[in-house]
Amino acid sequence: MVERRPTLDLLAYAILSLGVLLVALPVYVTFVASTQTLDQIIKVPMSLVPGSELVANYAAVLTSGSERTANAPVGRMMLVSLIVALVVPAGKIVISLLSAFAIVYFRFPGRMFFFWMIFITLMLPVEVRIVPTYAVIARLNLLNTFAGLIVPLVASATATFLFRQFFMTIPDELAEAARIDGAGPMRFFWDIVVPLSRTNMAALFVILFIYGWNQYLWPLLITTDESMYTVVIGIRRMIAGGDAATEWNLVMATAMLAMLPPALVVLLMQKWFVKGLVETEK
Amino acid sequence: MEKRVVFRSRWLPYALVAPQLAITTAFFFWPAGETVYQSLLLQDPFGTSVQFVGLENFRQLFHDESYRTSFGVTAVFSVLVASIGLALSLLLAVMADHIIRGALVFRTLLIWPYAVAPAIAGVLWVFLFSPAIGILPYWLGQIGITWNHLLDSRQAMALVVIAAVWKQISYNFLFFIAGLQSIPKSLIEAAAIDGAGPMRRFRTIVFPLLSPTAFFLLVVNIVFAFFDTFGIIDAATQGGPGQSTTNLVYKVYQDGFKGLDLGGSAAQSVILMAIVIGLTVVQFRYLERKVQY
Repeated sequence: MVERRPTLDLLAYAILSLGVLLVALPVYVTFVASTQTLDQIIKVPMSLVPGSELVANYAAVLTSGSERTANAPVGRMMLVSLIVALVVPAGKIVISLLSAFAIVYFRFPGRMFFFWMIFITLMLPVEVRIVPTYAVIARLNLLNTFAGLIVPLVASATATFLFRQFFMTIPDELAEAARIDGAGPMRFFWDIVVPLSRTNMAALFVILFIYGWNQYLWPLLITTDESMYTVVIGIRRMIAGGDAATEWNLVMATAMLAMLPPALVVLLMQKWFVKGLVETEK
Repeated sequence: MEKRVVFRSRWLPYALVAPQLAITTAFFFWPAGETVYQSLLLQDPFGTSVQFVGLENFRQLFHDESYRTSFGVTAVFSVLVASIGLALSLLLAVMADHIIRGALVFRTLLIWPYAVAPAIAGVLWVFLFSPAIGILPYWLGQIGITWNHLLDSRQAMALVVIAAVWKQISYNFLFFIAGLQSIPKSLIEAAAIDGAGPMRRFRTIVFPLLSPTAFFLLVVNIVFAFFDTFGIIDAATQGGPGQSTTNLVYKVYQDGFKGLDLGGSAAQSVILMAIVIGLTVVQFRYLERKVQY
């Protein structure tokens, strides 16, 4: 280790602590607001000490939402978000595993063409094809359905690349041995490739769970029915009426609920999260 | 790179790629193709009259004052988000790399904003900065600054930049930490033995070796500011006041869904596609170099 300088250490701790405080500030204030009554929040400056309404606020939003604006229970929204956040990663992992396996372990006409087709989807994020994608979903009668919410998010070039890269590192001897023992491609896939890919799948799942949970633009476009709101959309609808109509105590309780699952995933599965994040960007 | 050992089957590989190709075709290529086609048409919102107008939509777009404004907004926004975000996270990463005790605790406490949805980040900050009830305008008022991002376009821009930087800092931080950890300690020690102080070591060794990471993050942050900040803007300012926080993506949404100007919105989408392609090419060029390095 290089030399130690106490003043420098002190400075490092001071800067890091300041950074942590600034990062935590909005969430702390959100938490405090979620434990107060609306009147307490509106009183400027609001108190930064947690109030007594924690249970009341959270129970209110979970069962009936914010009655003044978006009158839909947040419990239902959490369920919709959870379904999206679980099915999107599962779907992405399955279709990417299959197509990467085909591209790495087979030689067939059109292979490179398919590979490029998947590659090009990297360059077509939802944001650049908003209106026509909406039109496609409308034509297929998928507005306000789970299929409409999930399927378009399932295609992924990054996951396919990740698995392709990983498959390239699997020793050829394994495939050879499997062939000599008479295993067909699908047997090899199930017994060798899938078990070896487990860590990659776990890391990817963590990242994609957050991705699915936090979707915004897409559900905003295709969900108009309150029963299909994800929690991120629901919260947006709650503040749509402007400052005067917004029940900030309930909005803030919903915000805490919306942040909780992905934050827990990041904190509890930090190792997978970091691995997934660094690898999907390669 | 190719596999030496492969399997043989006439139909199996096609069956394996079919699900992915079906979804990409239905939800990527079809709409993207339609975007390009629509950008050449002029039609009313209900689709009763359609007219082929060639590049007219694009010509109009570049004569449209509000579109040029949103280009400027996007440029200012991306530069601010990328520069402030990279500077702050680099500072934090260098400090976190320097300390020994508690490094993991600080890392944990700094990375979780990654989990917060952009739209939620927007809601959090708009609450903190609410001119009527927010705690920050109150504090700012104490030192003589009047805050009202509903009226002041610079303050509105500051608000979305702060929310975006807050959201993105954890991502940058993680990549800088990884970059710092991959710098050989022996280099730093050698420089220290030769009498180089911490600042000098940072300037002449650490920073140059970090520059690939920094460049990669620069591209990622620009992409983030362009495309992933929609939720922040929609929740915090809805592009206002006036047009002061309407970036290109937000304008596509507004013109296409609120204004129902399908041709114009499609033309904007085509321009955005060109930008994404450009950014992706830059990213992959750089990645190739990193592999050789």
